[in-house]
Amino acid sequence: MNELSYEMTSEEHLPTFSQGVKDCIPTLIGYISIGIAAGIVGASSNLSILEVTLLSVLVYAGASQFIICALLVSGSPISVIVFTTFIVNLRNFLLCMTLAPHFTNYSLMKNIGIGALVTDESFGVAINKIAKREIINAQWMNGLNVTAYIFWILSCMLGAVFGKWISNPEVFGLDFSLTAMFLALLVLQLQNIDYGKLKFYLSLIVYVVLLMLVLCMFVPSYIAIILSTIIVATIGVVKDK
Amino acid sequence: MSINLSILFIILGCAIVTFIPRIIPFIVIRNIKLPKIVVKWLSYIPICIFAALIVDSFIIDDESLLSIDWSVLAAIIPTLIVAIWTKSLAVTVIVGIVCMATVRFLF
Repeated sequence: MNELSYEMTSEEHLPTFSQGVKDCIPTLIGYISIGIAAGIVGASSNLSILEVTLLSVLVYAGASQFIICALLVSGSPISVIVFTTFIVNLRNFLLCMTLAPHFTNYSLMKNIGIGALVTDESFGVAINKIAKREIINAQWMNGLNVTAYIFWILSCMLGAVFGKWISNPEVFGLDFSLTAMFLALLVLQLQNIDYGKLKFYLSLIVYVVLLMLVLCMFVPSYIAIILSTIIVATIGVVKDK
Repeated sequence: MSINLSILFIILGCAIVTFIPRIIPFIVIRNIKLPKIVVKWLSYIPICIFAALIVDSFIIDDESLLSIDWSVLAAIIPTLIVAIWTKSLAVTVIVGIVCMATVRFLF
């Protein structure tokens, strides 16, 4: 009933699946380059092409796929890999909390379908459209999400095939694609912060750097990553009034 | 084409913990509202974790108390400048790879 009235009022400007596909195009260069890099890193972490593909199909999260590979190489136990992946992807919870209110008119299954494929980029495109006061609907969101998903999987597979030919990716600096991506993601995060709060966020980054350097003396780095993140996020809550 | 059983379990475990945070808001948003303090705490997670992961990339895990990989640190500086300048994920990644390859070639 709700869905019907929603569709009736906005029928004339209803964005379509193919419009969602079109709106995905500007983000594809990111998916392709990072996907290929993720595939290469996977292959150089001794994962088979099938394993890299399965990772991109089932986990479908750029940063996590890199981290999973890094932790596999370092010989981390399964519990640490899964927990770290959980922590890294907690931000998806925030993205989905912001997007979900716009899809309450749709069925539970449609909502799960949309939520399962939300990424930083698809969130960015959708929020940008909402900010411009344009209508978003499930068809459009699925067009955006599915396009990104298909290109991501194909790019990861291509990277994994390519990675098998590169015996030592370190020589080419490809292992650095991970760090470069985190640098860009950090800058993009800071870009969306009010100018007045920038200094506060920069101070949090300084805390993270210092904590990482200190904690790494006593615990393995994958534990230092989790601890410093949890501690500094808490400092952020306490210091921000 | 092969698949290692323990790798399969890791992939499945990671799939479950990435799937859940993505779909829970879409399931419960109509009924429950998160406490403001939790939302605030979550809002700091991305920046903290990205910063921590960047630091992790130039720390070498070895026997000594703390050792820094100076070549990675040398590549981070121009890459960060490019990231701030272009605000593009793709350009930053490509330039970063070139910077790292150049540093390794020179030193």
